Amino acid sequence: MPDFIAEWLNQNEIFTAMTIMEYWDGMVTTVHLVFLSLVIGLLVAVPLAILRTVRNPFVSGPVWLYTYLFRGTPLLIQLYIIYYGLAQIEGIQETFWWEIFREPFYPALLAFTLNTAAYTTEIIRGAIVSTPHGEIEAAKAYGMNWFMRMRRIVLPSAARRGVQAYSNEVIFMLHASAIASVVTIVDLTGAARNIYSRFYAPFDAFIFVALCYMALTFILVFAFRKLENHLLKHQRPVNG
Amino acid sequence: MLDLKGYGPALMDGAIVTIELAFLSLALSVALGLVGASAKLSQSRVAKGIATTYTTLIRGVPDLVMMLLFYYGGQVAVNMLSDYIWEAYEIDFFFQFDPFISGVVTIGLIFGAYMTETFRGAFLAVETGQIEAARAYGFTRFHTFRRIMLPQMLRHALPGLGNNWQVLLKTTALVSIIGLTDMVRVAEEAAKAERMPFHFFIPVAFVYLALTAGSELFIKWLDKRANVGVVQGS
Repeated sequence: MPDFIAEWLNQNEIFTAMTIMEYWDGMVTTVHLVFLSLVIGLLVAVPLAILRTVRNPFVSGPVWLYTYLFRGTPLLIQLYIIYYGLAQIEGIQETFWWEIFREPFYPALLAFTLNTAAYTTEIIRGAIVSTPHGEIEAAKAYGMNWFMRMRRIVLPSAARRGVQAYSNEVIFMLHASAIASVVTIVDLTGAARNIYSRFYAPFDAFIFVALCYMALTFILVFAFRKLENHLLKHQRPVNG
Repeated sequence: MLDLKGYGPALMDGAIVTIELAFLSLALSVALGLVGASAKLSQSRVAKGIATTYTTLIRGVPDLVMMLLFYYGGQVAVNMLSDYIWEAYEIDFFFQFDPFISGVVTIGLIFGAYMTETFRGAFLAVETGQIEAARAYGFTRFHTFRRIMLPQMLRHALPGLGNNWQVLLKTTALVSIIGLTDMVRVAEEAAKAERMPFHFFIPVAFVYLALTAGSELFIKWLDKRANVGVVQGS
């Protein structure tokens, strides 16, 4: 078997060490972009989700509008608006922001972060709203104030209910990040497109990259299953 | 009023392309979903295996990569096939793989996998008593499916179906990347030519918003109708 692989590697012109390195760099960019946008998105989403559950419509209204706008339009349009739009803002080219937003990576990061934060906000809100009322009453009876109730009761219990929906969002984000290649970022898909146009070999270029994404997806699915098992340990049947 | 610098009609045509694409892909994905769900619930191991492989493969790969593979790869495959047919039978056969067809096929295939899961759950939600009763009345398998399973399963499938439709609608924007002149493509060209990105992309974003908001209302209405005979627990 190794002979067969070695022979195959010697014969083909596409999968040389150089193109493999291109794919590797693309993978690093994809993981970097997705990881950063997910982490920042989650950090933004938790306070937004709490604000979204506040009764005062002047507080929850703007958050609702934000999530509605970002969930109701395609991510590609959001990326275009931010990528092409930022450069058109008057005077931005004189400020230090231009140093950051001149590279396509940061506009894409901003677009992805805003998008995932909107979806995550709604996931967390759903989980917060469905907290059993008894848990909150019990926390009140123990004399916990609002902040402590949030930190010790509501958010941990919401995390357990939201983790499954959030794992879907993470995988969705990984797949959606493929559009970063449209704004000249050389992520995994960008590497595949370059290699396709160099060799005019669509099957080799895209099937290989599809396998890379699949591997990343399965790693994520596996990690989230572990996390779910950990978070829901107390619900496991005794003899299960 | 909004001044679209003469791009108005092109944007309008693009919007129609988007809607056509969305409906055709929806039809394909529902058909695939019904077949896939039936395969997953069938006794046959082979059918089950094929359906499971299909849904697993689709859910592991980004939609854009799939689309690029079908668009560029589809043409190469057609060329290879036409070469073969010419050499073997001397028949001149050629077929241009255009972005619209690739878009419908890709989006249909992707959402067919999601529909498979939705319909599978919905079929399982139909009470077995209903099916047993149908069999007792002498319904054939096909009649049981059409008269008993399908109407009762739709009620359970609707929320998932609605969700998939909303995501599908937004996925259609990706076809602009493989060169279909849908409204995103027109807006992109206009924005580049006029150097006014906000001016063209924001109206297009609002068209999508209107489409998703309209669909949401329609799905709610359908859901209400489908659940007329069901007593909702409080």
